[in-house]
Amino acid sequence: MKVDRRSFLGLGLGAVAGFSVSPVLLKLTDDSSIWTQNWPWTPVPVDGEVMYESSVCSLCPGSCGISIRKIDDRPVKIEGLTEYPINDGGACLHGISGLQYLYDPSRVKTPLKKNGDKFEEISWEEAVSLVSGKLADIRNAGTPEKLACITDKNTGSVSGLFKRLLKTFGSPNFYIMPSLESYLELTAASLHGKGTTIGFDLDNSDFILSFGAGIIEGWGSPVACFKANASRKERGATLCQIEPRLSNTAANADRWVPVKPGTEADLALGMCAVILKNNLFNAAAAAGFKGGFNKLTALLQNDYPLSKISEITGIKEADIEDIATQFAKAKMPVAVFGKGRGDGSQSLKELVAVHTLNCLVGNINKEGGAFVQPVKEYLEFPEETMDDIADKGFAQAKLSLYVHDLFDKVNASSQPVVEALLVYQSNPCYSLHDTKAVKQAFGKIPFVVSFSSFMDETAKEADIILPVHTFIERLEDIPSGAGLSKAVVGLSKPVVKPVFNTKHPGDILILIAKAMDGSVAQSFEWETFDECLETAAGDTWGDLSENGYVILSEGVPKIPHEIDISFLSKAPDSVQPTGDGDLLLIPIDNMRLPSAAQAASPFAVKTVSDEELKGKDTVVEINPKTAKGLKNYDRVTLTTPVGTAKVMIHLSEGIMPGLVGMAKGLGHSFDNKYVSNKGVNINELIGPVIESGSGLDAAFGIKAKISKA
Amino acid sequence: MNKENIKAHKFGMVIDLDKCTGCGSCMVSCMSENNVPFKEDESNKKDSITWMRVYKLTNGKSFPDTEIVYLPRPCQHCGGKGDHGHSPCVSVCPATATDYGYDTGIVSQIYTRCFGCRYCMGACPYHARYFNWWDPKWPEGMEKYLSPNVSPRMRGVVEKCSFCYHRYQAARDKAYYDGREDIEENEYQTACTTACPAGAIVFGDLNNPAHRVHEIVKPDPHPASNNPNVVGKSRNPNVFRLLERLGTNPKVYYLSEREWVRKAGDNYLEGEWDKIKNHHGSESHG
Repeated sequence: MKVDRRSFLGLGLGAVAGFSVSPVLLKLTDDSSIWTQNWPWTPVPVDGEVMYESSVCSLCPGSCGISIRKIDDRPVKIEGLTEYPINDGGACLHGISGLQYLYDPSRVKTPLKKNGDKFEEISWEEAVSLVSGKLADIRNAGTPEKLACITDKNTGSVSGLFKRLLKTFGSPNFYIMPSLESYLELTAASLHGKGTTIGFDLDNSDFILSFGAGIIEGWGSPVACFKANASRKERGATLCQIEPRLSNTAANADRWVPVKPGTEADLALGMCAVILKNNLFNAAAAAGFKGGFNKLTALLQNDYPLSKISEITGIKEADIEDIATQFAKAKMPVAVFGKGRGDGSQSLKELVAVHTLNCLVGNINKEGGAFVQPVKEYLEFPEETMDDIADKGFAQAKLSLYVHDLFDKVNASSQPVVEALLVYQSNPCYSLHDTKAVKQAFGKIPFVVSFSSFMDETAKEADIILPVHTFIERLEDIPSGAGLSKAVVGLSKPVVKPVFNTKHPGDILILIAKAMDGSVAQSFEWETFDECLETAAGDTWGDLSENGYVILSEGVPKIPHEIDISFLSKAPDSVQPTGDGDLLLIPIDNMRLPSAAQAASPFAVKTVSDEELKGKDTVVEINPKTAKGLKNYDRVTLTTPVGTAKVMIHLSEGIMPGLVGMAKGLGHSFDNKYVSNKGVNINELIGPVIESGSGLDAAFGIKAKISKA
Repeated sequence: MNKENIKAHKFGMVIDLDKCTGCGSCMVSCMSENNVPFKEDESNKKDSITWMRVYKLTNGKSFPDTEIVYLPRPCQHCGGKGDHGHSPCVSVCPATATDYGYDTGIVSQIYTRCFGCRYCMGACPYHARYFNWWDPKWPEGMEKYLSPNVSPRMRGVVEKCSFCYHRYQAARDKAYYDGREDIEENEYQTACTTACPAGAIVFGDLNNPAHRVHEIVKPDPHPASNNPNVVGKSRNPNVFRLLERLGTNPKVYYLSEREWVRKAGDNYLEGEWDKIKNHHGSESHG
């Protein structure tokens, strides 16, 4: 066949036309997208049998029940556990991200010993013998009281074992980091007697008067609070939020009352004065007040006239009177306290003043009010064996009342007042005010042992790191607290084999104790922590291990309570911020950024707003009136008497003029690029201010200056 | 309408903005459920992959009259004009990588078909779609928590919320195994819905009058009187959809008692809102 020009073109065009209508083009596009996307480095998750295991989350004091979805033995998702008495199916973002902590790049994978400024890996045997040897030296020198310990809480078996170790060793120096629960117990101790605590019946109250308590900012047991807040909308209960900044809680409230920071105690006392003056108090309840009711009444009438309180707090007289009246006239009012998340610095005067409102309207141990009852104990350890050294040492006075004061004492003394320090489940080098001073104190303590899962700021300062299982790798009793109206103890269970060469903190303590002699070894006769918990839980163990939780108390406590107002009758002073800047720097608590022992997960950091964190810079919030020409994302230098930091500006109409709001929970400095080296740790900029009368660090902020960088 | 369509589901959700606390549980539950990756810096929100993103809205008033509300935004699973399934993104996809499920009302995304032209991102009025500019990387060992139900995506493809379609598949499989024709309301719930601690998200079948989402939204089956493109408008005066007048017919509804919040669901010329607001929330118009 002859191929001429005509047939060549014809064939060519025909081929093109045929090719175009055929599915080849489509198929090629499809194939090219498939074959350019099948990279060997894109993980293909392995499928398997689906199982659910239930446990309890201990990332925060919320103590929620969780359900872990597993594919074969691989946990893939954490969700809220339905019908758990605290959270009934709900979960917060940190609990949901829990699996990220398991594989966190900053996890301590094996015991470590500091050598110069580097850590070297050691075996568990060596680690235990190093720690027990050093502790034995201190004990043999006759100064057992020079061993100190810091944990996150007073309750639960692990803290119980730390306390037991210290007592049998011969040291009274057991400390806990500040938490909402610790403040509730302090407030209760002041007004109702030692050994009691306070819960708030937010689920039933019809008028919640919150003095800055971040009910949806992570205060208390967060998920329970979210649920109470949602049910409040359905029940038509009122929330009145008193705080200087439009927090999420304030935005969600029925009424937001901006108050000058640090004047909340005066406002609460002013409201008490209104209630007394207008005879709105519960006479039957007031009749039982001890500690000078008449004296307090006279003090309030004289020192807290409306005009003066209005001037101090910046709130209109009519508003103060109106809120106090609404509160007193409500059927089931409750006043809640603990600014922000409730675990930062607090003033006892403020806590007691707010709780006095509850006492005055007679809502203690009434439905929808505040529940006052003894701290529930469910553990019973066998009696400790105490030898002479233990008895003598334990009888000594504690070095200080609170943990921040302990570090002041260490820094102030030329001799080591603390020879060895054990730190568990807390990060004082990050979360206490003036972190530089805390780190300095750590440097002065000759032997620091960190029981930590992560190489956090405090672990970095330690001499020995004993890596512990994360919360999903271990068995532990998790008692609730944190202002819940009910008391529940849950059982956290290991749902995955330990990923690294870590141990249970309880097992480590048993090993250390056994390696020592005298009363310490004799008081730790269990083989394992599991055995210890099972025996200590006694009758509770059956239900606890079978149901995963035991409700220790629920509903309105039907027990008498006493009210002693002598603390307020002494008219304690309010704390003042230090420094001479024209602005006041205040911390902002935000649900998406945890600020205590546990740093945020990569997922949680991903949710943080670009109005709080931009790139590697903290963004601070100021009112446009304060901005003086500054614009969004302008870089400024923020200076306080304690430190300076470069930050960016975000203009917000939700913050009172004259204030600078800075998110808590940023500025970590450990090896996890998704979480660390982002922004500034506000505790590097704020120093402690000690409240006279309580000894608490009550710094609610610090004077600051900003200048354009 | 053929027989199959009579039984068709129309999955949708209504989010109570008065209950939403902006806590971020929905965002993280979604990331964890759907193997969404993360990278070192996520503060540039334009390239931060968040199938569910919580926006912060303010009423624009000055201190102390400012108000804030949080608005969670998943994919809106648009039904397109007249609710015929021509969603803005589906209409423009040259690779059929995104498609409209007539049996569920869910807009799908098939990663291996997507070749990354990003037309869909341009077409989506809700910024609900995200492009993988980088390959996902998990820190060593962390890929062990990835779920087999959702394939991890790779560089060069677009991804978005699927209303946790794999949960629908699992529920359907279970129903089939049990010999049931259809699934129950509580058997298929998205990860954001189950995670929300405030109970602000209600998910279900908008075609099923017994479902809570239908009870709250009360969707109007007829086209809106003044805009035939809008179908399924809520008969609850507090319920609105985002940019409703475009006729994209989202299956995500929002609920608020506050007028300024409902007004924030669209952009209005000065005075326009007062003219068109009526007892049915933001009345759409042509």
